[in-house]
Amino acid sequence: MVTKDFSIRINGTAVGPPADPRVSLLDLLRETLQLHGTKKGCDQGACGACTVLADGERIVSCLALAVQYVGRNVVTIEGLAGDDELHPLQRAFIEHDGFQCGYCTPGQICSAVGMAAEARRGVPSHVTPDLTVGEVELTHDELRERMSGNLCRCGAHNGIVAAIAETCAGERK
Amino acid sequence: MSNVEDAKQSAMNSPLELAPDSWAPGNGPDPLIQHNGGRIGASVSRVDGGPKVRGAAPFAAEFALDDMVYAALVFSTIAKGRIATLDTTVAEAAPGVVLVMTHRNAPRMRPMPLFGTSEKAAGADSLPIMQDDRVRWNGQAVAVVLAETREQADHAASMIRVTYETEPATTSFEQAKANGTETAHLFGHDVHIEIGDAEAALAAAHVSVDATYRTPYQNHNAIEPHATTVAWHSDELVMHDASQLVGHQAWSLAHIFGIEEEQVRVTAPYVGGAFGGKGLWSHQVLAAAAAKLADRPVRLALSREGVYRLVGGRARTEQRVAIGAGADGRFDAIIHTGTAVSGRDKAAPEAFAFPTQSSYAAGSFQIDVQLAYQDMVTNTTMRAPGEAVGSFAIESAVDEVAVALGMDPIELRIRNEPDNDPITGRPFSSRHLVEAWRAGAERFGWAKRNPTPGTVRDGEWLVGMGCAAATHLYVRQPGGAARITLTSDGNVTVDVAAHDAGMGTATAQGQVIAERLGLEPEQVSFRFADSRMPGLVAALGSSQTVTVGAAVAAAQRVLVAELLKLVGHDSPLAGLTTEQVGVLDGGLAKLDEPARHESYTSILAGAGRDEIAVEASAPPPVEMMNWSMHSYGAMFCEVRVNGVTGETRVSRFLGSMDCGRVLNPKTATSQFRGGIIMGLGLALTEQTHFDERKGRIMNPSLAEYHLPVHMDVPEIDVIWTGIPDPHTPMGARGIGELSITGTGAAIANAIFNATGKRIRDLPITPDKLM
Ligand code: FES
Ligand code: FES
Repeated sequence: MVTKDFSIRINGTAVGPPADPRVSLLDLLRETLQLHGTKKGCDQGACGACTVLADGERIVSCLALAVQYVGRNVVTIEGLAGDDELHPLQRAFIEHDGFQCGYCTPGQICSAVGMAAEARRGVPSHVTPDLTVGEVELTHDELRERMSGNLCRCGAHNGIVAAIAETCAGERK
Repeated sequence: MSNVEDAKQSAMNSPLELAPDSWAPGNGPDPLIQHNGGRIGASVSRVDGGPKVRGAAPFAAEFALDDMVYAALVFSTIAKGRIATLDTTVAEAAPGVVLVMTHRNAPRMRPMPLFGTSEKAAGADSLPIMQDDRVRWNGQAVAVVLAETREQADHAASMIRVTYETEPATTSFEQAKANGTETAHLFGHDVHIEIGDAEAALAAAHVSVDATYRTPYQNHNAIEPHATTVAWHSDELVMHDASQLVGHQAWSLAHIFGIEEEQVRVTAPYVGGAFGGKGLWSHQVLAAAAAKLADRPVRLALSREGVYRLVGGRARTEQRVAIGAGADGRFDAIIHTGTAVSGRDKAAPEAFAFPTQSSYAAGSFQIDVQLAYQDMVTNTTMRAPGEAVGSFAIESAVDEVAVALGMDPIELRIRNEPDNDPITGRPFSSRHLVEAWRAGAERFGWAKRNPTPGTVRDGEWLVGMGCAAATHLYVRQPGGAARITLTSDGNVTVDVAAHDAGMGTATAQGQVIAERLGLEPEQVSFRFADSRMPGLVAALGSSQTVTVGAAVAAAQRVLVAELLKLVGHDSPLAGLTTEQVGVLDGGLAKLDEPARHESYTSILAGAGRDEIAVEASAPPPVEMMNWSMHSYGAMFCEVRVNGVTGETRVSRFLGSMDCGRVLNPKTATSQFRGGIIMGLGLALTEQTHFDERKGRIMNPSLAEYHLPVHMDVPEIDVIWTGIPDPHTPMGARGIGELSITGTGAAIANAIFNATGKRIRDLPITPDKLM
């Protein structure tokens, strides 16, 4: 019997872990919960389409076994904003045409939310010039480097970067 | 008042004429070209943006059907031979397994009708699918497992044991060429052209270049892997698919399963990128067959590896380009010949000489494309087939001529600008490439380029600039048809079995329809990608926009005729013919007397009608026979090459396009950037590694096939001439594939300018520059 203690919180709702321990967090979302917003592009951690936030940190849900997330808080693209609302980043993606087919988009958006938090915490990247500063400024290079785990084959990179830059800059004001 | 409002105001004062019956000579251009009601040309955000950013847009693997089972596949591990033993007993007994399908129990099916062999044929190849024990390529599906969950299906598939009797296979390019090649055949012609004696002219030329260029296998790698969700309802097959040709596919599936076309419905409301790769392949047929056998709905989502195994990509090529030029730079001879790898059916020849057939004037030509068969998953169309890799060769060679002559490569190109199509002699419908060159050079700062290679340094980085021409054939498909439904509230719904895999079809067509019918964009809904809708429109050849545009124009003529039948005797439109009226402000008006106007709502109300629906087919694409029709571009690139590591970074890129009228600058810019970024991958990182001993693809994963990532992509600048083509619907030409052409050469030419190294073998990885 599933008790409250053994549940995963997904977009605020408690969900029992799968009976089959092989089920990835990504497949739990897509196949069991019908939360299809989280996409599968490779199932091997190479494309970022499946990115979700686990306790605020971005993870690739295809490489996560669902049972490992018992007791954790998972937010997917469906949970980023209220039902009828759009998250500012979602609005900015539309405005800057930060997608074409839209398949990589939920992963890009969730990844950007987690990425901005990492920069605020001062987590350095490969291009961070000074590892000792607190908050890392999201320059064009920092932003592109930190988003490079999210592939986009349609080539919406410029729009994605513009949308994130605008939104993150807005948050700082 | 803003410009847009100005334009709207003036549009409201003069009715828009109906489009001509066809785009044949004498019928005049599409009146929409001159008309500016503010809808066409507006930078409108995508109509499907909301669902896409919320993750609420349903893709093919996201249709949940009751009682559905999951499919997993087993792939062959030899290139050619037969299955000797096939043990499925353990898999069949595994938990959750519903069915194991192999050649022993698969239903009898006809091979896929090969694309291009008949009007509606969609198949990527015509090989038998699970009908015998033969193995025809390394990676072919030899078993399908259906189980209650994906995990159970994958697990059971891993327990199927197969042994093979191998036979000698052709898996090396050298062997394939030695076996004998065949001339490529495309659009009803052999790709073999000789004008004058090009070899003699080359030998006699003042300067000449003669080199071999190589391009590797590539895969589309749409981020959405191919997937399909299928169900049989007694004898009716419904397939929700990641497809770029639903109409062709429905007919083809009916043919394969021996049922009527009406018994198959294929939908593809959202497709996560296609790029030429999302046609009909064996996995959709296997999914439908397994669903039939198990009598359960099936979801078959290919793994990323599965896509590489079952879906072909761009073929490898080896091209000779030789150019002879006089001291003034004029070309005396152009030779573009070579060989591309091909599947047995030769359905999608990688006809790399395309760009050479229309780009430059020359005293003599020799063009020839040979195909060499290899035992491997059949190749297919990938964004700008032929042109993407062919333009790398010809545009690199032109740069080499410029170096040999000591001439500016842009001036050299302009000097060889043809007056008419250099091969067919036909006039160009609209060619303003020289304007694109001039505008691009100005904007990019071409004048600052140091023509001497290897001389501009920034620390350990060598900096260079390069350019190349882009070109892509104009195509309008013959199967365009549309249904317009006008309701009494004045709104319209337009249905066409076309596709939107991210190109922005629905957004741009919504704008065009609004303008053509004199409505606001909010009053228009464009529905698409359902084989039950009118039209046979594949998302191929950058041809959808004009194909749909012509169909809607044809349907509008019928709609207007029907509306005029409905107008009452006291209507301002009473007694007028279709030739006398035009569209104005949500209704019709007399062309020379706009005050005689009646709204759609009023016409329908007067006739007591809730709605009126009409359907029509577009006239045949005769414009393609009358003119030489292409989109063009002048591509500019700046690279930085690390002198120590050989790493290349593209630091600036500009595409200066000449592509007819741009319908939506926002989505068009994205299309152009997308093509340029795929061209960046083609130039620098992308290669499908093929083991020539075993015939197996060695890097079937996004970890080992290197797509450009955010850090690789600079801000890409795009401009266009905006000159409408007088011979096309809306004055538009194709834009989806144009910008991948020329990009590879622009980058390679910039690398030469930076380093003095001429790399003729893609991709240009650091080892080639060290
Ligand atoms: S699906 Fe998880 S990284 Fe690609
Ligand atoms: S929008 Fe299609 S993959 Fe990014």
